[in-house]
Amino acid sequence: MSALRLSNVRASYVGHMALEGVIAHFDAGKVTGVVGPNGAGKTTLLRVALGYLPHESGVVRVLDHELGTCSREWLARSIAYLPQESAVQWPMLVHRIVALGRLPYGARDDGAAAVEDAMARCDVLQFASRRLNELSAGERARVLLARALATQAPILLVDEPAAHLDPAHQLRLMELLRAEAARGVAVAITLHDLSLASRFCDEIVVLQNGHVAGQGVPGDVLSDAALAQVFGIAAKRLDGNVVPWSRV
Amino acid sequence: MDNYLQFQAHKKSPSPPSGGEGWGEGSSTAARDWPPHPNRADAVASAPLRGRGDKRSDNGTLITIALAVLALALAAISFVIGPAQIGISDLFGGLFAQHGTATVIAREIRLPRALLALVVGGALGASGAALQGLFRNPLADPGVTGVTSSAGFGAVVAMYFGFAALNPLILPASAIAGAVATSTILYFLSRAGAERTALILAGAAIASLATAMTALAMSLAPNPYAMSEMIRWMMGSLKDSTLADFELAVVPVVVGVAILRSAARSLDALTLGEEAAQSLGVNVHGVRRRVVIGVALATGAATAAAGAVSFVGLVVPHLLRPFYAYEPARLIIPSALGGAALVSAADIAVRLIAPDGQLLVGVMTAMIGAPFFVWLILRMRREAI
Repeated sequence: MSALRLSNVRASYVGHMALEGVIAHFDAGKVTGVVGPNGAGKTTLLRVALGYLPHESGVVRVLDHELGTCSREWLARSIAYLPQESAVQWPMLVHRIVALGRLPYGARDDGAAAVEDAMARCDVLQFASRRLNELSAGERARVLLARALATQAPILLVDEPAAHLDPAHQLRLMELLRAEAARGVAVAITLHDLSLASRFCDEIVVLQNGHVAGQGVPGDVLSDAALAQVFGIAAKRLDGNVVPWSRV
Repeated sequence: MDNYLQFQAHKKSPSPPSGGEGWGEGSSTAARDWPPHPNRADAVASAPLRGRGDKRSDNGTLITIALAVLALALAAISFVIGPAQIGISDLFGGLFAQHGTATVIAREIRLPRALLALVVGGALGASGAALQGLFRNPLADPGVTGVTSSAGFGAVVAMYFGFAALNPLILPASAIAGAVATSTILYFLSRAGAERTALILAGAAIASLATAMTALAMSLAPNPYAMSEMIRWMMGSLKDSTLADFELAVVPVVVGVAILRSAARSLDALTLGEEAAQSLGVNVHGVRRRVVIGVALATGAATAAAGAVSFVGLVVPHLLRPFYAYEPARLIIPSALGGAALVSAADIAVRLIAPDGQLLVGVMTAMIGAPFFVWLILRMRREAI
């Protein structure tokens, strides 16, 4: 059983089709990367999986429950989501932001242990009493990831974790996501960076114009032919990993 | 629930990552083993998170109590200020006596005015805090977004076309209807994804339209009216408030503030953005609806009683925010208390500066609020707030 499975999913925004006939699965213990050119539907796929954008046809199954039959709270406890938009309006204290990850458990939940645990894993405990706006972009990204981890959901969706981060922080965030997968979480991430995708993902879903062009291990899916056809690039290989090199 | 247990089972037997080298060891995954910098993390972890910066350990509660005391004290001062030369003890005695000049002054002039200042300020303060949280914008407030001017328009229509004479409930109902109309427009704008600045600009447009419509309604009204009445509705005034004004206002305001309070926790989640809030189980549309209804009730009823008092909802939440760790949820009730204190203080100042009653309380709040608004915009450009 996949933690998250999309079968023949179709979804659209007002006026234009965004996903069509999408079949993809995200398994526990694996990092699955969703890649594709701009506008291919990567973020849309995550939004559909969350129920944020209702799908028009097809089936989305979350932990073997059909999306649409499960309650809002159950879904919030099952899927943690880290959107790309990382602006936090008010300069709240770091540990209070991380504690927002416990909201799905209701007011009586005492999630202090989960909050502390998530902060320790993302190495942000030392910022607990700081304000978010005092931290660097990389530190903020770790705090927001800790917020998502505090939910302790079996599925973690992350939209572009590497965007706007320096290389060291990109690697660090990918390692954190790997560690989550090693704990048994089904991790799904959208990525523009194909070398990060090929290095850190167990599975890759390639999207093109709202269709799935393929899903499989990086070595198979990110073939030279696929890179040329979907992305219009040629890549060099470094230890089997993709390094985008030239346009074709 | 069963799925959570399943997840726990996953944790005990994680499938090793396929990839290999860099992150390899991976299967002993008890959370404690993981932090990459054990020394640093452990040093901090020994001080428990529980209670640090928590509601109980920062002094938010104390400040809330202080605000309540301040509001009541200002209401008491407001009660003893007035043109009639009358002793404080006579005045308080008059509250409980059956008849006499002191009783009339205390019960029918001073008390309604003091109580109404609290109710109006409370409504505007809480509405401002909720709107700022909902729109994630420190510039939002019932005045800036046009909600008070629309409520004023509703009240003027009811008064000057004679509907209000039919039933005393029609005046607040009409003001609330005006507030509902504007906040519904704002609701649909924000639902359609309008930018935060666009919302404020739309609100400013609605505010000037509502003010123009108010002037038009007064010009066309069959009943004769005075220019001063018009200004009174547009600026807001507590002069000549009656106990009936207070009684009509207090119920919708209390209900409105309670509705806003009920949406508070979700406002915290909205700090992270709508998508993240939704993923945390927050019904974003439901929160918007609740805030819109709560603001319309509170602001509408307050405006029906006192006219369009501006900038209270802008200034108060902003001043109080740092004392509540910038958490929108905790800000609703303190902003209500702070608003009550501010309007009471402004109404005292108005009477001290111009004992003849020519200065309106809304003029006072605008004179404080408008420069504050500009300062806030300048500050927002310099730092992200």
